[in-house]
Amino acid sequence: MLRPAPFVFRVKFDIFKAGMKINLTINGKKYSDDVEPRLLLIHYLRDVVGLTGSHVGCETSLCGACTIELDGKAVKSCSMFAVQADGANLTTIEGLAQDGKLHGMQEAFWNQHGAQCGFCTPGMIMASKQILDRNANPTDAEIRHGIEGNLCRCTGYQHIVNAVRAAAAAAAGK
Amino acid sequence: MASTITQVEKLVGKRIRRREDPRLITGTATYVDDIQMPGMHYAAIVRSPHAAARIRSIDTKAAAETPSVAAIYTGKDTAKVGPVPCGGSLPGLRVPHHYILATDRVYFVGHPVAVVVATDKYLARDAAEKIEIDWDVLPAVADPEKAIAAGAPPVHPEWPDNVAFNYHQEGGDVDKAFAEADVVVKQRITSQRLIPSAMETRGVVAEWRAADRQLNLYTSTQVPHLVRTLVAGMLGLEENRMRVITPEVGGGFGSKLNIYAEEALMGFVAMQIGKPVKWIESRRENFLCTIQGRGHVDYFELAAKKDGTILGIKLKLIQDLGAYHQLLTPVIPTLSVLMMPGLYRTQNVRADIVGAFTNCVPTDAYRGAGRPEATHGIERMVDILSDELKIDPAEIRLKNFVHKEEFPFPTATGLMYDSGNYAAPLEKALATVDYQKLRAEQTEARKQGKLMGIGICTYGEICGIGPSPATPAGGWESATVKIEPSGKVTILTGICHHGQGEETTFAQIAADELGVDIDDILVLRGDTAIVQYGIGTFGSRGTAIGGTALYFALQELRTKVKKFGAMLLESDDVSFANGQVTCNKTGKSKSLAEIAGASYRALKLPPNTEPGLNSTHFWEPPNFTFGFGAHLVVTDIDTDTGQVKVRRYVAVDDCGNILNPLIVDGQVHGGVAQGLGQALWEEAVYDDNGQLLTGEFMDYAMPRAHMMPWIESDHTITPSPVNPLGVKGVGEAGTIGCSPAVVNSVVDALSHFGVRHIDMPLTPEKVWKLVAGGKN
Repeated sequence: MLRPAPFVFRVKFDIFKAGMKINLTINGKKYSDDVEPRLLLIHYLRDVVGLTGSHVGCETSLCGACTIELDGKAVKSCSMFAVQADGANLTTIEGLAQDGKLHGMQEAFWNQHGAQCGFCTPGMIMASKQILDRNANPTDAEIRHGIEGNLCRCTGYQHIVNAVRAAAAAAAGK
Repeated sequence: MASTITQVEKLVGKRIRRREDPRLITGTATYVDDIQMPGMHYAAIVRSPHAAARIRSIDTKAAAETPSVAAIYTGKDTAKVGPVPCGGSLPGLRVPHHYILATDRVYFVGHPVAVVVATDKYLARDAAEKIEIDWDVLPAVADPEKAIAAGAPPVHPEWPDNVAFNYHQEGGDVDKAFAEADVVVKQRITSQRLIPSAMETRGVVAEWRAADRQLNLYTSTQVPHLVRTLVAGMLGLEENRMRVITPEVGGGFGSKLNIYAEEALMGFVAMQIGKPVKWIESRRENFLCTIQGRGHVDYFELAAKKDGTILGIKLKLIQDLGAYHQLLTPVIPTLSVLMMPGLYRTQNVRADIVGAFTNCVPTDAYRGAGRPEATHGIERMVDILSDELKIDPAEIRLKNFVHKEEFPFPTATGLMYDSGNYAAPLEKALATVDYQKLRAEQTEARKQGKLMGIGICTYGEICGIGPSPATPAGGWESATVKIEPSGKVTILTGICHHGQGEETTFAQIAADELGVDIDDILVLRGDTAIVQYGIGTFGSRGTAIGGTALYFALQELRTKVKKFGAMLLESDDVSFANGQVTCNKTGKSKSLAEIAGASYRALKLPPNTEPGLNSTHFWEPPNFTFGFGAHLVVTDIDTDTGQVKVRRYVAVDDCGNILNPLIVDGQVHGGVAQGLGQALWEEAVYDDNGQLLTGEFMDYAMPRAHMMPWIESDHTITPSPVNPLGVKGVGEAGTIGCSPAVVNSVVDALSHFGVRHIDMPLTPEKVWKLVAGGKN
């Protein structure tokens, strides 16, 4: 019979009747929850914490719609257990805007029409932010390499590349 | 038709950023999976691992004992639910009964067999794995040509030849054309099966309010009203007791232009358990069970004179239908036939379609839906003819185009091309790349053993689908405009945009017509309880039909505002600008809010005028619109690896008047990415047993950012006379124009090796073999 998802569900649930306690910081707020050890981080964020901005596109780390920042690094939250994020500092798409002001990358995606249906967009913005965190002035090839792990079916990526360029220019005050 | 505001800058035509984006870029949009309700249950669907098998027995005992499981249903329980509907009809069409859960037999891998409902989504999946099914595995057939050959295993035992229909269409005198030809070129051309792969998979939340007999169905669809009408029918529920809500939709590309078994199944489950239930399709299920696109084997013949004049076209088309007819499955290839003459004048065409059942998931509309296949065929054939006659591919196209003086132009397939200037985009593309210089460079490159190709595609697209007689469900569209008592404007549209930007472009239209600030306008769609009936978003119809319905609703509303103007401003000769309605004679003005307030307060009304300020218009288009364009692709081929590198991609599209260039560019880029995916990488590969070998993003090569070339997008503008906005449509243009241009370019690079045709996708392996063969 077909298995809906090929990886984590082989584990027998009964072993994990007891939850595990995790403490972590998400978008500057502290959280403490009992979770099943097999609970994926993306499901913890969406279903337990209620941050539904990060999306589930494939559950196999191939599409990047679930990309968040964990201790300063962009990670795919569908490929981690929530318990693995114990003690970590997370930023999700909901945490980018500060005091009602959009993050420069969000502003650039808006100005450059970097989103169409919007489903890949939160993950794409998180991955794009990481590009500039590492390299303030990336080439087009470096931008494309930086979002290689994030699939978009709508845009053909060109306006996303434009957005990252624009965000880099804005950050440099150009 | 022209608006009376002339002194104010128009928003239509401006490159403004989208109004729907703030929620998308902040992660606050609501997609189906973001909906939570008290008492929510979760469904996991058990699906067939076999492409053809009988079900001997299903054992649900262990699954039922899993903690949190509330219910399990199999085909026996759901057999009375109406079949998944086929909206297309053709003479003699064989329509298998499409149960929402298999009863005694399965027909493709992924065929739903049972559903487990639990209060925990992980436990629902655990339980689904515990359902034991005793299968009697049967031989399967996955290839459409093998399916209709003698001795193939029958997909449906009642029709052993696997033929769902034969369809013939003919125009002009084809036999005469071929008899008079100096040359006839023939080629077998395939358009492989593709997997639409919207980034958001399908998903449904169903909520049954028994006391009200009210079913609320949240579903990720392009056609909410059709879902309501048809799913209510399947469930035996009165249509007015069902409300379909389409929240944010994460891409569709035709794959959500359908009525799916799971939509009715979740309605059924919710009505059974009396609790809300959610089903979110996994990516694996999306690969296996959501409709796929294309699936053509085409045998083309082109008859021509020595000077390159095309005299006639013959096509034998074998359409891989899959195991069932989904909403439009059998009619998609008939769109290919309509479009098969392309932009050319020939009046002699003959097409025969064989619809073949296979043990695969059904094919249906995928971006372009029949038109990319047709365009790929004719544009490849024209290049083959150009090679045969040694006439430059640009020249042979210019020679055969319908001339710009000939519009409206009746085609041999029964269409009436509305307007066009087909040479203009081609000439623009040629000038952009300096075509003659490029050809000289190619000659030089060949001398040095380098492989460089130049490929052209000139395409036409049936947009604005479509007049009601030409569509299965009605082809009109509706719009309601309300000016609220405070003067704010609310638009309700029957289309169901999901990335195409109509929240912006429709607000641009309304802002111009009513002279209000765009920020005072709200565009709503996708809820059958608040929007009057609509058809939906597909077939490049949103602006051409939905936008036109809006335009006429706005005109009716302006007329009503003018009546109030006559009463309050002493004349109905008024202009609309800056939120004010101003009398052109006296210069007196009232704000739109004051007029709206007066209309709702209704202390005094103009003669024969009802209170309130709103209007609804259902617009039936008199014709399709026909976009067109030219794509030109320069490729370099790595002789060691067979890798195709796109050096330049020039797209010159004519979609009529442009409402927002930023959005049009985005549509072209996305379309090209899907066309390039088909040309170079993507293919749904089934083995002989009907197992999908490309069933994950690891194996299905959807384009990633580093694989895409820079797209140089440009336009010519030929307004459509079909609607007052002069718009045509651009949603599918990029996809239609792309794949033939890429393949023509690669074949051109290899033509001196005697290569005339390569079937897509042009994988490095295929290309390398031809290079290696050519060198020897």
